Amino acid sequence: MSKANLLNRRSVVGRLLADRKDAIVVGGLGASTYDIAAAGDHDRNLYLWGAMGGAVMIGLGIALAQPTLPVVVITGDGDMLMGMGSLATVGLQRPKNLTIVVLDNEVYGETGGQASHTAASADLVGVARACGIADARTLGTLAEIEAYAAGMQDTTSGPRFANVKIDSENLERVLSSRDGQYTVTRIRGALGFGPI
Amino acid sequence: MHARTEATSEATPSWPEDIFGVLQRFDVRQVPYVPDAGHSLLIERVLGSPAMRGIPLTTEEEGVALLAGAWAGGQRGVLLMQSSGVGNCVNMLSLTQIFRFPFLTLVTMRGEWGEFNPWQVPMGSSTQGVFELCGIKVLRASHATEVREVTEAAAGQAYHACTPTALLLSQRLIGAKVFTE
Repeated sequence: MSKANLLNRRSVVGRLLADRKDAIVVGGLGASTYDIAAAGDHDRNLYLWGAMGGAVMIGLGIALAQPTLPVVVITGDGDMLMGMGSLATVGLQRPKNLTIVVLDNEVYGETGGQASHTAASADLVGVARACGIADARTLGTLAEIEAYAAGMQDTTSGPRFANVKIDSENLERVLSSRDGQYTVTRIRGALGFGPI
Repeated sequence: MHARTEATSEATPSWPEDIFGVLQRFDVRQVPYVPDAGHSLLIERVLGSPAMRGIPLTTEEEGVALLAGAWAGGQRGVLLMQSSGVGNCVNMLSLTQIFRFPFLTLVTMRGEWGEFNPWQVPMGSSTQGVFELCGIKVLRASHATEVREVTEAAAGQAYHACTPTALLLSQRLIGAKVFTE
């Protein structure tokens, strides 16, 4: 079901994270988490395997706690639709260091490829902008992705939101750790925080 | 909208200030909330505090996820909501077990103690059970004189022992909402 004119999700995430520096990256459940794992495990990655609808809010909590670090949420259209209200919450808080990237394949790929609302009617860029995220845009080429990745490092001009229409092809899963306690403790350690 | 009348003759109860003092002492920084009349004084204090960030939510489950992120980023938080919002949180409360982070929520109770509105009763009646099914320890304060002590206990076990905890603030404490003149 590959469509030649759409971007490959692994290429998109690979380029977004190629020069991530100190950025903290939150991956929404499902294929987004596999894409981030495929780009290379990192002690500042938080992989979600559930908590659907929560990726943006987890990213917001980190961004508010660490305002000098870039925080990047990479998630799918299904997770973003379930957590759409969180865009209003981000629009109100305006964390300058938060970037949200939606990998929009217009389907629920993990559950059999059922069409999502973005396939026909829902415009997530429009939602983000209407919620007060002024920098909300569509990215359509890898050159745009590369330029955007550099901009994600700017912790003075967010929040920003990007929707990337990607190929809906199901790729081989690249499994990250499923142990949330391990990954969250690892991030805290990278930031200089110990266990209780 | 109707304001609550207080259970006592005091114009301004002192227990919200007691809660605020405990949150200050525990260095709580992120305070997500869905408004409730019973939390209104505390929310005002949070929004006026330079050390705390009050974060209005569109739905309560956002707050659970936010507090998980706050923990990852090195800050403590507390979620303020009313009992009707607890049901909205159920799946997101999985994060308290997955991340084992110090989750604390303060819940103003509806649907008990002289409730006028039947629509509040189903969720108010199941609030404690829902928390317990989700692995959250439940404490309750029903009288103004015990609020400080119970809040200290709740914050202590949440932040020091990573024991996810909900403190229910009884409708008896807050005062039943009055809809008639």
